[in-house]
Amino acid sequence: MLKYTLIPLLPFLSFLINILFGRNFIKDRAHWIAVPAVVGSFLLAVSAFLDVAGGRDINVNIYSWIVSGSFNVSVGFLIDRLSAIMLIVVTSISTLIFIYSIGYMHGDGGYYRFFAYLSLFVFSMLILVMANNFLLMYFGWEAVGLCSYFLIGYWFHKKSAADAGKKAFIVNRFGDFGFGLGVILIFLTFGSMDYMQVFGEAGGIAGQTINLLGYDVNLITLICLLLFCGAVGKSAQVPLHVWLPDAMEGPTPVSALIHAATMVTAGVFMVARCNPLFNLSEVAMNTVAIVGGVTAIFAATIALVQTDIKRVIAYSTVSQLGYMFLALGVGAYSAAIFHLYTHAYFKALLFLGSGSVIHALHDEQNMQKMGGLKKYMPVTYWVFILATLSITGIPFFSGFFSKDEILWRAYLAGDLGKFLWFLGTLAALLTAFYSWRLIYLTFHGKFRGTHEQEEHLHESPPVITVPLMLLAVGAVAAGWVGIPPIFAEHGDKIGEFLAPVLGYPEGEGTHAQEYFVMGASIFVAVAGWIIAYTMYLKKTELPQKLGAAFQPVYKLLFNKYYIDELYSKTIVQPTLKASDKIILGFDTYIIEGIVNGIPNLIGAFSRKLRKIQTGLLSDYGLIMAIGALSIIGVWIFLR
Amino acid sequence: MVPLSWYIILSAVVFSIGVIGFLTRRNLIMTFMSIELMLNSVNISFVAFSHYLQSMRGQIIVFFVIAVAAAETAIGLAIIIAYYKNNPTIKVDEINLLKG
Repeated sequence: MLKYTLIPLLPFLSFLINILFGRNFIKDRAHWIAVPAVVGSFLLAVSAFLDVAGGRDINVNIYSWIVSGSFNVSVGFLIDRLSAIMLIVVTSISTLIFIYSIGYMHGDGGYYRFFAYLSLFVFSMLILVMANNFLLMYFGWEAVGLCSYFLIGYWFHKKSAADAGKKAFIVNRFGDFGFGLGVILIFLTFGSMDYMQVFGEAGGIAGQTINLLGYDVNLITLICLLLFCGAVGKSAQVPLHVWLPDAMEGPTPVSALIHAATMVTAGVFMVARCNPLFNLSEVAMNTVAIVGGVTAIFAATIALVQTDIKRVIAYSTVSQLGYMFLALGVGAYSAAIFHLYTHAYFKALLFLGSGSVIHALHDEQNMQKMGGLKKYMPVTYWVFILATLSITGIPFFSGFFSKDEILWRAYLAGDLGKFLWFLGTLAALLTAFYSWRLIYLTFHGKFRGTHEQEEHLHESPPVITVPLMLLAVGAVAAGWVGIPPIFAEHGDKIGEFLAPVLGYPEGEGTHAQEYFVMGASIFVAVAGWIIAYTMYLKKTELPQKLGAAFQPVYKLLFNKYYIDELYSKTIVQPTLKASDKIILGFDTYIIEGIVNGIPNLIGAFSRKLRKIQTGLLSDYGLIMAIGALSIIGVWIFLR
Repeated sequence: MVPLSWYIILSAVVFSIGVIGFLTRRNLIMTFMSIELMLNSVNISFVAFSHYLQSMRGQIIVFFVIAVAAAETAIGLAIIIAYYKNNPTIKVDEINLLKG
């Protein structure tokens, strides 16, 4: 058991040591603690994976957390095939990003703090993944959110970073409120938080309804939609996607680890984990699919015109998460997890590559001021190319297999599925376009930055480039475990591996249909590439002209559909105004009235009372005499 | 034979003189002496009751009171001298260190 307990515990120890002794003793040596801890976690995770692959699921309770009547929650771990894959993804990417951070964060004032928070994040994420009940998962869920807040606002002296941290936290609150209600409703319904018990009894309550504000609502649907609320917040789906692009204020390794590869995929993991519940509710499944499909296309359109390199990748992340939810919604859970797994590698690579670029340009993030970096940073350039080939779905790179699986499963899932397939394919076209646009703006053409920046251009040190190269291997090859059966018998190893937990998606299509879907996605990938090539390499005046010709559309996209402004007008400003009123009325007069009033009253009374203390002996004597006389008088006359 | 009531009246008169002296005199020494007067008025009634009741208890207590009064005088005078060394006055109305 200790082996499995140590998986999350090692990063936690690293967090404790760094946060307690970092400032005074460890300082710039923080990575000597954090990196071995996370490597240890990774090795143990691999060992756990092998145990699970050997056919032994692990479900142990480590200790009783809360015991109160029938409410009984343990800290316990469930490592089955789903969480084993998540463990591998989380720990392997964490390891590479920890190593990368040694180079990237070198010389930063809060170096120890950075590694402490990063370790805490890994701990929380592992708890989230390994939990065997909903409450422990909720703990991990909130803890990763907290770490995300810490790390987005890591450079807290910068106002934009502090604001972005707050925004992420508050937006997530909206989703987590629903998630919390969902967990409570699960307990009320099943009398237990334990996955096995809840999933085992789920079938028995299918069709039950609950009266909500006078309407009869299907209980399972309600639970699923509430849980999905949490996923919408955490995984940045429309309409709660606004925090993720702002989260790019954090250091780049954080963006790569938390806001691309691991934390934001927690929602996908959660829905996949709860598949026995979601399978029972068609309404919830369709909601998940539609939200996913809409997000995929919505975020992709915004990414077309952004100029901040990290924001483009951030919107791309939102869009790819949309794909995963689309897959979940059509019941292709294993395809979603497959995409989660390949996406983690190529998206982490894109972020770390952009970090390498930003580092070389001394914190320049605007692509308009880059260009021609190819000859200065060959390693970064080539890994970027590999990641882009992968994300755009060029055949035989990992993104191709996972994205194709999702689109194929969507295509098979009825009329709604066909529509979502269309949205997904369209989003793939946009993805190809903006990904190549990013490459051409950054690495090709002439350098558009300042002369000073140009002189200092250099390739990053090996501590940065080696993790990039390792991730590139993942970005290319991670998908080879999920080759569609039409290419190779039993090629879809990951789907078959996950089948005992997630089920194998139903639906059979003809080979002709499958080739058609595949051909369509290859066609849009290449088409997007060619359009980007034409616009940003050959006819570089074209983007300007197009922008001018479609001014309103361009402005709408550039301003991200004015969603932030809308929320500001409808939610943020009214809340602030109402708060101002409350502060004036309630706080100033009532709270402060009570808090200041009582001491003032006592003070005023005391100021009167102290007059008695004249300090004169004869006065005291007189009072004593009067007192003695009154006592005697009372004794005599009132006895 | 002098009746008991005479002794009690004497004691009450002496006690009242003590109280009034304590409240009205402005000299610290005089205030102090007034306290002695009150103590001694009590002694008078103790002795009178002791004789009247044919019991020795009253007289024993009188000895205690005399002993306490002697100690009190010694300490009280020492305090007055110590005070006078710091603040050269023994007027009661000017001594108000405890004024709130």
